[in-house]
Amino acid sequence: MTALHTILVLLAAILAVFWEAAFPGLRHWLGAQVDLLPALMVYAALKTNLTTIALLSIWSGLLFDSLSANPLGTTVLPLFMVGFLVYFRRDLILRDQPFAQVVLGFGASALAPLLTVLLLLTGGYEPMLGWGSLWQWLVMSVGGAVATPVLFFMFNWLRHALGYKPVTQTSFRPDREIRRGRS
Amino acid sequence: MFKRPHYIAVGLVALVALLVLNLPGRATSRLKLAIGSLFLPLFGLASGAHQAANKTGDALLPRSELVRQIETLRRENQQLHLQVMQAAEIFKENNRLRDYYGWQRLQPWKFKLAHVVLRDPANWWRTVQIDLGSRDGLRKDLPVLTTNGLVGRIESVSYARSQVVLLGDPNCKVSAMVEATGDTGIISASGLFDGSVVEMSYLVHNANLKPGQRVVTSGLGGLFPKGILIGEIVDSQPEEFGLTTQADVKLSAPLGGIEEVWVWLQ
Repeated sequence: MTALHTILVLLAAILAVFWEAAFPGLRHWLGAQVDLLPALMVYAALKTNLTTIALLSIWSGLLFDSLSANPLGTTVLPLFMVGFLVYFRRDLILRDQPFAQVVLGFGASALAPLLTVLLLLTGGYEPMLGWGSLWQWLVMSVGGAVATPVLFFMFNWLRHALGYKPVTQTSFRPDREIRRGRS
Repeated sequence: MFKRPHYIAVGLVALVALLVLNLPGRATSRLKLAIGSLFLPLFGLASGAHQAANKTGDALLPRSELVRQIETLRRENQQLHLQVMQAAEIFKENNRLRDYYGWQRLQPWKFKLAHVVLRDPANWWRTVQIDLGSRDGLRKDLPVLTTNGLVGRIESVSYARSQVVLLGDPNCKVSAMVEATGDTGIISASGLFDGSVVEMSYLVHNANLKPGQRVVTSGLGGLFPKGILIGEIVDSQPEEFGLTTQADVKLSAPLGGIEEVWVWLQ
């Protein structure tokens, strides 16, 4: 874990929020926009430390709310709760298995919007809710489930491309050198 | 179990969230603007890519198609020019009659074209952001429309961008009128399955509603001028135990794919 890793995660959050707001193609086809932030939070919870999780939840939550009609700060707590729950149990999770990533992505993408809407309702706001919300919830959950292993793959690739390569161990050992001739 | 760093992280995030949520309205909108400005480089990149794609598309259009389009537009322009002349004459006549009766003169409508640059990333709101702001003379609650009809109103304004809350969002309620009968009601939230249909509530219980009747703004409430087309009635049913009638209205302006809107500068 390096600072570069944290910076990459935070940069990915900006790109994810911008993609959600600027490219509504999926919304036209499926009737709902996929939220990539819970998937990103799952990655951060499994691969980084608690500081990065806290930073990511504040950063991405504020970014998301700045482009949304949500009151500023609403998305911060749900994202952190999702990340914290996964982080707290990450020693029990087979984090490199794609199946585990898909299941966690599904759960996180289902839980985060639910908590956000609950927070909005608690605050006295009236978000658009109805039977169609169930479809939107399903699309967001499945979208998040698909996005999670993709994010893992992309970050692994980026880390290998940008990080220092580990020094390979040489097989040469001076004590096992065969010396020829007289000495 | 929880360790000290866990408590610190939870406390820190909760503190930040509570602080931001409890900021005064003005500070929140400024902070939103400041955070939103982080996306400016991405806006530039996206619009550059969009323009490049458009230029490529334009270069691929055959000359015959362009000539045909110019001809069509020229004819349409001539027709509209004649209509504008007629409307201007009617406008003058209307003002003369208003002067005669001592009524207040009508002001000519002024519009400003805006491009939709972002949509709300949250699925539970229906808002878009446009590329005009306070520097262009925009302010809160100005009506936003397309050539097909009303779209919504300005919710918040920053220096170079504004947030438009669209019809069907719970925060965009419009006083509307059925043109044929004069019955008035309130346009409110839409169903999530079909975003192009909104509810018109609080119509009188014996309203004579038929599918296809046009619904326009009533001018009541002071936000929207009278007579802007909203849509057509699709269906109606009694509500509140028959005390009032509720109608489903199909919006005339498609909200899903809007790219350009007109802001009505009063």
